[in-house]
Amino acid sequence: MWERIFEIVRKELRQSLRNPRVRMTMIAPPILQTIIFGYAVNLDVEHVRLAVMDLDRSETSRDLIRKFTGSPYFTLLGEAQNDRAAQDLIDRGDVDAVVRIPVHFGETIGRWHQSEVQVLLDGSNSNTASIISQYAAGAIAAFNQDTLRGQQNERLVGRTTHGAVLLAMPNIRLDTHVWFNPELKSRYYFVPGVLVNIIMIVTLILTALSIVREKEIGTMEQIMVTPIKPIELMLGKTIPFALVGFADSVLVTALALLLFHVPFRGNALFLAFTAALFLLSTLGAGLFLSTISRTQQQAMMLAFFFIQPAFMLSGFTFPIRNMPQPVQWITLLNPLRYFMEIVRGVFLKGIGIDVLWPQVLILGVMGVVILVSSALRFHKRLD
Amino acid sequence: MSWRRFVAIFHKEGRHIVRDPLSLAMALAIPLLLLILFGYALTLDVDRIPTAVYDMDHTQQSRELVDRFGGSRYFQIVQPRANYASIDDGVNRSSVLLGLVIEKDFAKKLAAGEEARVQALLDGSDSNTASIASGYVEALVLGYAAEVRERAMLRKGISKLQMPADTRIRVMYNSDLKSKNFIVPGLIAVILMLIAAMLTSLCIAREWENGTMEQLLSTPLRPAELLFGKLCAYFVLGMADMVIALIVALGVFDVPMRGSFVLLAISSALFLFGALCWGIFLSTVLRSQLLAYQISLLTSFLPAFLLSGFIYSLGNMPWIIQQISRIVPARYFIAILQGIFLKGTGMTILWTQFLFLLIYAGVVLALAIRKLRPKLV
Repeated sequence: MWERIFEIVRKELRQSLRNPRVRMTMIAPPILQTIIFGYAVNLDVEHVRLAVMDLDRSETSRDLIRKFTGSPYFTLLGEAQNDRAAQDLIDRGDVDAVVRIPVHFGETIGRWHQSEVQVLLDGSNSNTASIISQYAAGAIAAFNQDTLRGQQNERLVGRTTHGAVLLAMPNIRLDTHVWFNPELKSRYYFVPGVLVNIIMIVTLILTALSIVREKEIGTMEQIMVTPIKPIELMLGKTIPFALVGFADSVLVTALALLLFHVPFRGNALFLAFTAALFLLSTLGAGLFLSTISRTQQQAMMLAFFFIQPAFMLSGFTFPIRNMPQPVQWITLLNPLRYFMEIVRGVFLKGIGIDVLWPQVLILGVMGVVILVSSALRFHKRLD
Repeated sequence: MSWRRFVAIFHKEGRHIVRDPLSLAMALAIPLLLLILFGYALTLDVDRIPTAVYDMDHTQQSRELVDRFGGSRYFQIVQPRANYASIDDGVNRSSVLLGLVIEKDFAKKLAAGEEARVQALLDGSDSNTASIASGYVEALVLGYAAEVRERAMLRKGISKLQMPADTRIRVMYNSDLKSKNFIVPGLIAVILMLIAAMLTSLCIAREWENGTMEQLLSTPLRPAELLFGKLCAYFVLGMADMVIALIVALGVFDVPMRGSFVLLAISSALFLFGALCWGIFLSTVLRSQLLAYQISLLTSFLPAFLLSGFIYSLGNMPWIIQQISRIVPARYFIAILQGIFLKGTGMTILWTQFLFLLIYAGVVLALAIRKLRPKLV
């Protein structure tokens, strides 16, 4: 039996590796995906393009503008002379935000009254817009804090009879400590996640297609007349792609560490072990797809139909915590979710089996169930 | 080019599509699936941040600050009586994202007019959530500090001071900042690209793999006829997907539509045409369904998803990636879509994007026809 399995594995590997283009599809997409994801997938907002519309032109209004230009987030691109020009800048997408300071701004604040600052934002990308609005509110809050303190001190000094002594005012200092990723680079969060995606895509599609291709071009009948048993065929068709999946994950991990300097704080062996458990699910899904499709086109479309939601509901970009409750329940059935948590935990937090055992256990159980039920279905189809 | 031969190919391809109900169903179901996922389930908005509170002070004052957190919709206190070890553990298990530590003499220091300290411990592994969360914490604590100061002043007999500058933030085009309002229009581009690439990348390669290409070549069929015949069949399917997406976007997700439908139809047709030609080009060159599928996903779906400004803004990417994104047609189409849907802009602003789509479609069409020249190698 092992001899026959070995022969199929050898045939499969040879068939895949012989064609230089197919060889490329095993190496190029993982590399390209890692690079594109690493560089492109970034939700940070670093350079907000800003225009000011300063109708006051006083010392105070310049103080406020300095709070913006002094912040690392804003780049001052220009000035708008009137509302129309400001609107136009945003319509064309030349700037992300316009700060509008009204006439008599400095004078009003000088008389200890309240003036108002308007911030116009391009809200078409709501994520960016809400981050920018926070930055802007922060800059204005800092301005307020400074001005208010000055005003309070003026009053307090005026109140004391013993001369210009400042009275102490209570204050709260906020120290924020960010763990695991102090610079808050989203790359550190996303690149390890790419590993999950690539293992799934490569193993699932290659397994499904290698079987369906035999059906489509009619070589399946030839295999059936040989003494090869279904279980042997199945193992022979999955082992090579498990190997390819492993090789690709080593490749992606190497890229993550060398090119993107993602920290790796956990245990590599533990990661490899969980990757093997995860492979059970993806190979099983690949087998399952091969039983329900007749042509490669069907298999590919079905694969997409499986892969896309699995990926989207894995917590890769969109936090599971924010999804509607019923969708959160659905994600409990998604093996990617668990492997994603494991991969990120191992890379960034350096945690191991002591914390991640529930994920490992679920992943193992799911893998076995998916693989065995697909195998049974595959077996029945062939008989 | 003969009309009769074109129609024959169109018929043949149409029949292929109709005869494979599973693929046809998928071609219509995949857009629906993506729309439902993105419109309903996926959001980048951050709220209910799981928070652990370690209050070492246990006074009226510290509880007041904690209640502010408990009352905000952005925070959800999951561990009201935490300590450093339990915060550490909660963060490792991802059940806690924010640890709030209030120092021992918090109330005493504030009463004495000193500076009291509050510590925010954040799990930074999800950097987007962490940076938004840190902004919320800062706003809340600063607001509370200002209030405490005001009360102290009142006690000293000094009247209330007004905030010098009142912040009015006006968000244009998407005033309630719903992520679906910018994701769903952009998704139309992703869907069209995906369907076009997935279907056409297979359609010539399949003829090669099954050996029917030789039969086609032995007929008097010209490359342009073959190309347009196949293309038209998938064009109909793509436009059907476009209509489905539009109905779902407007009917189910209430995405605002402020621009012109005619402009939307023209730009979609132009974009779809270019995308279909690209798929046929790949299919002709690669001659294998597996390869054509993988390469087309890699060169069309992935860039449409990642390098187009669909979710991830282009301004943050490194210079070289930004330059690459300039040749991604989806980038221009998404700008058009967001302009039409959210801003209601027209040709006067969007003409450069249109021009690019036109040039792209022309170049890819020329490439595809060139490669389709009948040769049996």
